[in-house]
Amino acid sequence: MPSLKALRNRIASVKATQKITKAMQMVAASKLRRAQAAAEAARPYAARMNAVLANLAGPMQGKDDAPPLLAGTGRDQTHLLVVCTAERGLCGAFNSSIARLARDHAAKLMAEGKDVKILCVGKKGYDALRRIYAKQILEVVDLRAVKRLAFSDADAIGAKVRALFEEGQFDVATVFYSEFRSVISQVPTALQLIPAQIPEADEAPGGGAGIYEYEADEESILADLLPRNLSVQIFRALLENAASEMGAKMTAMDSATRNAGDMINKLTLNYNRSRQAQITKELIEIISGAEAL
Amino acid sequence: MAESFQFELVSPERLLVSEKVESVVIPGSEGEMTVMANHAPVMTTIKPGVVTVKPASGAEERYVVFGGFADILPTGCTLLAESAVSVKDFDRADIARRIEAAKAELAAHTDHGARTKAEEFLHQLTTLEGIVVPA
Repeated sequence: MPSLKALRNRIASVKATQKITKAMQMVAASKLRRAQAAAEAARPYAARMNAVLANLAGPMQGKDDAPPLLAGTGRDQTHLLVVCTAERGLCGAFNSSIARLARDHAAKLMAEGKDVKILCVGKKGYDALRRIYAKQILEVVDLRAVKRLAFSDADAIGAKVRALFEEGQFDVATVFYSEFRSVISQVPTALQLIPAQIPEADEAPGGGAGIYEYEADEESILADLLPRNLSVQIFRALLENAASEMGAKMTAMDSATRNAGDMINKLTLNYNRSRQAQITKELIEIISGAEAL
Repeated sequence: MAESFQFELVSPERLLVSEKVESVVIPGSEGEMTVMANHAPVMTTIKPGVVTVKPASGAEERYVVFGGFADILPTGCTLLAESAVSVKDFDRADIARRIEAAKAELAAHTDHGARTKAEEFLHQLTTLEGIVVPA
């Protein structure tokens, strides 16, 4: 049985921890709102981009002279995995579930005899993957200094991926991130970037793709569009990730706060019990002392 | 009163404009163009420049855009800008920084094709600076 003083100290320290987790939960909640708003604000652009791309790329598919970003290199020997995770921990299984998905994917590809290269965005993914794939990690992109995620950050990553692609470093690129469903549900997702996946073209209102006039010809627009689409996809992944991270952190911190509360209750019960036991013991000592006289 | 149509200006970060407008002036890569209702479907890339929006009601508004493309249909027009800000909130330092970056890019390239491209981009930026900064 620990002494009363030790129990008191324990309770005080658990209370302090609870205050911290509570504060972290509230910070995460407010950041989540912001991240969610950012993710929602970015949606129209991505949606329009998809629609335009679908119109434009539909006819190009299957052609021999389609741009390599769209058609790929024609091989699928070397895969690049872009693993987007958070910079910080304390958000439940968020980072590890993305890392696990990437690891499973990498293991599957390697079992098929393919080469795998990894680009880490975010420190936690790097920490999780470097033990197994240290040699395959090409680079780590650090976004710790970034307060508010801007398109230029995603564009920088997109430019890196494009540069690697042009050097012929890989044939297929896949990005791993966590899709934000709700505060309690984030789904780790893999999305293929190169060759670009073209959404089904829906007939545009007011005329299909056929009667479009192109200023600067079709190919050069597409050549301009595809790299941008890559950056947009990465941007979207990062925004989804930011919202997911905050959601996961909020839930994790909420349950941590609750756990601390349970622990405090148990400790307080223990404390009161041993205090009572001590009082009883002292009383017995006094009474038996008096009786002996 | 001219007919109005739906115009949307979106940047990757957010939706800037979505309203009924009378006409929009777009800095297309092949030259400026004014879009009005029932325009033939056109898809064009845009160069850094100023987009002038004339809403169906209210005052004209101007936005600075840096590259992107426009999707024009008879029923509406969508402008996907790489980066867009209202002229009112435009930051001088920002364009100065972009010009510096473009100059550095120009200096970094050695082959002819890339140099021409970078030079053109730099020229577009300086023109834009000339339009926007004294305002």
